[in-house]
Amino acid sequence: MNNLKVLTNGIFRENPTFALLLGMCPTLGVTTSAINGMGMGLATAFVLVMSNLVISLVTNIIPDKIRIPSFIVIIAAFVTVVDMCMAAYLPSLHESLGLFIPLIVVNCIVLGRAEAFASKNKAIPSILDGLGMGLGFTLSLTILGVIREILGSGKAFNLPVFNENYGMLIFVLAPGAFIALGYLIAVVNRLRKTN
Amino acid sequence: MGKKLESNFINMVTVLFAVTLIASAAVGYVYTLTAGPIDNAKQAKQVNAIRQVIPGEFDNDPNAEIWEKETPDGGKLEFYPAKRNGELVGTAVKTYTNNGFGGKVWLMVGFNPNGTISNYSVLEHKETPGLGSKMDLWFTKNGKGNIIGKKPGTTGLKVSKDGGDIDAITAATISSRAFLDAVNRAAAGLEGSDISSGATQQNNN
Repeated sequence: MNNLKVLTNGIFRENPTFALLLGMCPTLGVTTSAINGMGMGLATAFVLVMSNLVISLVTNIIPDKIRIPSFIVIIAAFVTVVDMCMAAYLPSLHESLGLFIPLIVVNCIVLGRAEAFASKNKAIPSILDGLGMGLGFTLSLTILGVIREILGSGKAFNLPVFNENYGMLIFVLAPGAFIALGYLIAVVNRLRKTN
Repeated sequence: MGKKLESNFINMVTVLFAVTLIASAAVGYVYTLTAGPIDNAKQAKQVNAIRQVIPGEFDNDPNAEIWEKETPDGGKLEFYPAKRNGELVGTAVKTYTNNGFGGKVWLMVGFNPNGTISNYSVLEHKETPGLGSKMDLWFTKNGKGNIIGKKPGTTGLKVSKDGGDIDAITAATISSRAFLDAVNRAAAGLEGSDISSGATQQNNN
């Protein structure tokens, strides 16, 4: 497919959260607030673009049998770099995301796209695929984060929407994450069917 | 797409070695670049924390008058006295706990000269985002587990589950207990000193 299609693929048709159902762990764990969801999505997008680029460039010199360990090392290196840069230049976001930043390494989206796309395509399409998937992931995390933040604490992006006392604690915790995500996937599926 | 390198032993070993070597070199390089800013961010946070937790204005440099105390488990407390016109207005204590859900938690707790808590600031933690991480606001004046104005003394503050009167963070009891553990450690450390004049503590350990 042409390059523009590659880019939009990750945002809509094959959105990692709603269509591929990958990367569920950070999706559920980090979306307690909109800004956390967005920050995590952007960090993952950066890793996706960089790892897709590098992997598409070196894929021919990596013997088939060791491609998984090689990919993981490359991905882990980029995630470590992101972690350190966030700690140095964005300390408050780094603090909010905490343990979930290193967990980007085992986010199935990153290794999944490396295997499914980057190892079989050239550099430019791979960059666009990583970017598309990353943006799609950011979009879905932000939407879920806004929903959970509003229902759970009455705020959106830390701006009050209604009184915090009316917030439902469950949406800040794991069960509410599953519930909100489930309904969101149902809505998206319905929209995709009618298109 | 092009022929891939054959998966024989030599190729696999060489390539894997090369990949890990280059990756670790890159990570090491970024580490040296960011080590400075990371350290600066930590220092700035600490200085801000002292300013934030001390009640009222002070005109000395608490950092310059720092005194330390070792704890029985091998840790270290740091005491930053804040003075105005030579009189002690409060002490900021850099304290820790090893009982956090995710490991060590560092706090800066401000005490009035009479031993009551004036404010606190969370310096470092690895608690769960959305749960234990709420300790930054939960125990403040407008929070549900307000500790401001309380005097831990030598008995210490406890969560209601343990018979005390502090409400733990909902669904984060371990983090709450750890938080109070750090606060109590700071108060106990301060108790061993002559608080009202800020003189260096008598050696009684």
